[in-house]
Amino acid sequence: MAENSYLFGRERRLAPPPAEPGTLHRWIDHRKHIDSFLHAVLDEAIPGGASLAYVFGSGLLYLLLSQVITGMFLVLYYVPSADHAHTTVAYITKEVTSGSFIRSIHAYGSSAIVIVLLLHVTQTFLFGSYKGRRKLLWLAGCALFALMLGMSFTGYLLPWDQKAYFATTVGTNILTYIPFVGNSLKSLLRGGTEMGTLTLSRFFVLHVFLIPAFIFAFVAIHVFMFRKAGPAGPVQGEPEALKQSTEPFYPKQVLYDLIFAVLIIAGLGLLAHYAPVELGPKANPADTQYVPRPEWYYIPVFQWLKYWESGLAVLGILVIPAFVALLFVALPFLDRRPERRPWKRPVSVSIYGFVFIALGALGAISHRHDLRDPSIAPQLRKQRADVEAFMKKPFEPELAGPSLIAATVALTNPVAGKGKKVFDQEGCAECHGEDLTGTSAAPTLIGVGDKRDSAKLESILKQPTDAMTDGGMTPVELNEEDLKNLIAFLKALK
Amino acid sequence: MNHREEMFIGKTADISQEVCDGDRITSSSRRSFLGLLLGAGAAGVGALLSVPLFRFLLHPLLTATSSSSWKEVGSVEDLASVTSPVKKLVKIEQRDGWRKIVSEKALYVCKDATGRLCAFSSVCPHLGCSIAWHDEKSNFLCPCHNGQFTPDGKLLGGPPPRGMDQLEIKIEDGLLMVHYQNFRQLVRHKEVIA
Repeated sequence: MAENSYLFGRERRLAPPPAEPGTLHRWIDHRKHIDSFLHAVLDEAIPGGASLAYVFGSGLLYLLLSQVITGMFLVLYYVPSADHAHTTVAYITKEVTSGSFIRSIHAYGSSAIVIVLLLHVTQTFLFGSYKGRRKLLWLAGCALFALMLGMSFTGYLLPWDQKAYFATTVGTNILTYIPFVGNSLKSLLRGGTEMGTLTLSRFFVLHVFLIPAFIFAFVAIHVFMFRKAGPAGPVQGEPEALKQSTEPFYPKQVLYDLIFAVLIIAGLGLLAHYAPVELGPKANPADTQYVPRPEWYYIPVFQWLKYWESGLAVLGILVIPAFVALLFVALPFLDRRPERRPWKRPVSVSIYGFVFIALGALGAISHRHDLRDPSIAPQLRKQRADVEAFMKKPFEPELAGPSLIAATVALTNPVAGKGKKVFDQEGCAECHGEDLTGTSAAPTLIGVGDKRDSAKLESILKQPTDAMTDGGMTPVELNEEDLKNLIAFLKALK
Repeated sequence: MNHREEMFIGKTADISQEVCDGDRITSSSRRSFLGLLLGAGAAGVGALLSVPLFRFLLHPLLTATSSSSWKEVGSVEDLASVTSPVKKLVKIEQRDGWRKIVSEKALYVCKDATGRLCAFSSVCPHLGCSIAWHDEKSNFLCPCHNGQFTPDGKLLGGPPPRGMDQLEIKIEDGLLMVHYQNFRQLVRHKEVIA
């Protein structure tokens, strides 16, 4: 030992180290023990050998990495504010090179995580791999499940389109069912009683900083505990025989895991390329017609909520889901027999299967309702058409410092200046905005003169179109002079 | 050699050691070959995946931000009567990522020696201050470092390296149009910056 430390010290003084056969790798390894690290990572023994059934965990790790990278890139252009969020997502989707692709990989990636997570949980459940010394491993996994659901819920709002806004309004309203503290919790999450730009900031912080921090911590715990307990191996087989067929993680399992990762990459890539994720029109809180629908994996729960009328709502919306979740988390403590073969565990397997079939059935019922309900189906079709129409429009950049425009127009063009006074007197700014860039109630007027000539402006001012009337536009009744000035003002807004 | 022995060699054999025994290659080199193959495959897939990321990252550098269209200054009729340079404002639209910035730029409309209209940028070619016209002195004066220019933009004195920057003009339907551009400062010859 003493000699060793002496050698070690001497070696450190004598850099570079003695030249040995071998190369840079050997030189680095001398100091950092890469080989022993690789040995620890790659040579983990898998009882019963490598299997395609074990690929889901590493698949989830790959997807997490993909979400982190694409997420970081999206933040290059995204701005978490109610003013700009929708514009910046539209910019990413419609204008930035590869923007639609990367956003689609990120959005579809969240769905892929849900799918692979369900496969991972089902494999763990069927193989009984949560039993014995793997109880804490299961609990850490449950925490990751919940955190992942939190990620998808918070991420859904960020594009600030109609779908995002209304689905999150409903989602946060569910909190009010919690007795005593429900309303306070909702306000805390929203940053006020209503949805607004502060809600977006909060969801952004949760989605980008807080929840990811917990996910990293729990992934580390989960992987550490997994390595400590070791792979569970097949559900049956003599211990001796399993030992005989034990294989190290590398190369076969690594190969399987990589094949699965490549399948995920190919699937997401093809989907993102051929069916990119869309963006709907900007959130309009004044819209009373909108029918919100959550992401597909929340649809069964959404359908479930429909069945509970006010009196029993707490039972259906809180108590029963909480009970099911608790049952799920407590599984290793309830099912304590060492038996791992699924066909010898009929009760737990049936309950697990029933919950899944029930969720699937709820999803199917919801889908049928949406297709057939005469009060909903046309509205959903209209919303689809709105999204498609919005996607077809070219990207419209946001005008910076627009109030300057109105002021300069008034200064440079005396007729338009008189028109500005008419505009102010008539209260047009209440809907079209003081800075003329529009509000949730009415669109921007900047550039309106480029799109329509004076005669057309005059006719729609006197007799607004149906769409305008629906939005609250009233016919403008003015004398000839004022109308002429107003039109001159509108024409000058560029 | 049974399976377990092969594994044993695979696990402990030195990576650099390649033992060839006739036609048979031991699992050690087979393993490192597979490792190389997997590493190269992973690097290839990684490189492929980073292509859209790089394109995404470089988007702002590969797209033009400013539009260089002709802007309307005023009617030639009104401007025909100018005797000394007059200041005019044009609105310039610029793209700043997802924003559109409309800024007003000042320029001077003058008459050259032959009596034709011409336009000068008001940005001083020295360090970019705004040049002002002084009627009583009948010349241009930059307030920052006392650069002086004649009414037709030639350098009279002071630190600027060149005269005022002339802008391209054209007349369309009786309107004077100007092609507003920015020019590099502190160089002897006029040089457009995109």
